[in-house]
Amino acid sequence: MAEDIRLMKGNEAIAEAAIRAGCRAYFGYPITPQNELTAYMARHMLDRKRTFIQAESEVSAINMVYGAAAAGARSMTSSSSPGVSLKQEGISYICGADLPAVIVNVARSGPGLGGISPGQADYFQSTRGGGHGDYYHFVLAPKSVQEAADLTYEAFDLSDEWRIPAMILADGLIGQMMEGVVLPAERELSKLPKRPYAVGDQAKQGRPINHVSSINLVPLELEASVRARFERYAKIKETLVRYEETQVEDADLVLVAYGTSARVSLGALQEARKAGLKVGLFRPITLWPFPEKRLAELAGKGKRFLAVEMSMGQMVEDVRLAVNGKAPVEFYGRCGGVIPTEDEVLAAARKILGK
Amino acid sequence: MTEKTFIAGFGGQGVISLGQLWVYLGMKEGLKVTFFPFYGAEKRGGIARASVIVSTDEIASPLVTKPDSAVVMNMDSLPICEDIVKEGGYLLVNSSLVKVEPKRKDLKVVKVPCNELAEKIGDVKIANMVMMGALAKVTGAIKMDKLEPVLKTFFPESKHKYIPSNLAAVKAGMDAV
Repeated sequence: MAEDIRLMKGNEAIAEAAIRAGCRAYFGYPITPQNELTAYMARHMLDRKRTFIQAESEVSAINMVYGAAAAGARSMTSSSSPGVSLKQEGISYICGADLPAVIVNVARSGPGLGGISPGQADYFQSTRGGGHGDYYHFVLAPKSVQEAADLTYEAFDLSDEWRIPAMILADGLIGQMMEGVVLPAERELSKLPKRPYAVGDQAKQGRPINHVSSINLVPLELEASVRARFERYAKIKETLVRYEETQVEDADLVLVAYGTSARVSLGALQEARKAGLKVGLFRPITLWPFPEKRLAELAGKGKRFLAVEMSMGQMVEDVRLAVNGKAPVEFYGRCGGVIPTEDEVLAAARKILGK
Repeated sequence: MTEKTFIAGFGGQGVISLGQLWVYLGMKEGLKVTFFPFYGAEKRGGIARASVIVSTDEIASPLVTKPDSAVVMNMDSLPICEDIVKEGGYLLVNSSLVKVEPKRKDLKVVKVPCNELAEKIGDVKIANMVMMGALAKVTGAIKMDKLEPVLKTFFPESKHKYIPSNLAAVKAGMDAV
């Protein structure tokens, strides 16, 4: 039966989607602007007799996620920028141990404690492996409450399939705003993918002992495991890149933006088209793997690019790497929690087009 | 049709509730909607603001920077709203509390004595619902023809006893403009 459309905050939709995806253990610590997510989990995970723990810190929460994942549970944590910085050590360990996990960052403005208003300045940290060591993980960037729910739901499957954590990189606006959302179907816990590598219960089930760890003191062995992981990354880059294009085909100037910036850029595009300017929009949905091939293709067709971000310019570096000097790449951004307006983006586009 | 509305007042006046209910009603009428609240860290007395959009099309930016209509619930909000409404747009003013005239001459100013009308019904807390009735009538963005059944799905059962006064407030707002 089709579900009714519901009016929900992004934070709540992410939480409900996670529960429906079969999240069995949630660990969090309060921080604005993602508190509704933790609060929703507190209410609804316990209702379903699943695990909810408000940890004593973000560091504890991510390590609890690590433990629950190692024990075979679909596990998740959420936070906002300063809290996600604290989680980086744990994320590195989870990646090193090849475990699935879902991490949600409802990003605010930084650096430091910064402010509680929306920001996109965690792009580098999210897409480059914010902790120590050679690793990447999925980074999915929703533009709406609906997509926040859908991507969270999918993140659990992606993460399980590839044994790589998946991060939802939203921002305070996506988390706080309300939109209509149709929620995905509830997964049966007994039908979730098995994790034969998980620890626990071995004696009772007569299974051999599993070790879950990121440590390996034999350099050649460690190198082999890192290389094996990078082979998975290569496959992911081949098959799982996702993006959305709006009126790109005939565009002279292509706006490149994700999340909230993409919503603003879409408004600027609509105004530009009314004024007869050929502006398009390219929206990466997966920030890692980044849609570099498609951008290179578009650069080959003589497009110019304008990256729009709520930062001083982070994703723009990936656009430049993808374009590789074949096309000019400009940047427009606001930071400190300021959301760019459609007029500002339009003005930046006009300046580049000289119209 | 796209109606972008900016609502401002002080915390406790029901600005956030008004915005939420507005988009909920829009959603139930089959429109695309966004609601984005903005308030400070103050426990009380700060200015509460909400950006709300209802549209027949996909909505681009959920942030309302050039509203078609703005709702001014208290004095402090007047300059904020007046500053951003688009040329010739609607400025709906809670004339019970806002005693000065807007400076701009291009705006269609609609005065609604929300507090007085709400008190007449019996509860000043529903002044926001009076304003919602006025907003619906003036903009025509939301029909409000199925208000009662929709309110029943919006409020939990325990609050259903307040629905008649809320309906009366919305009607009073519609009749006032």
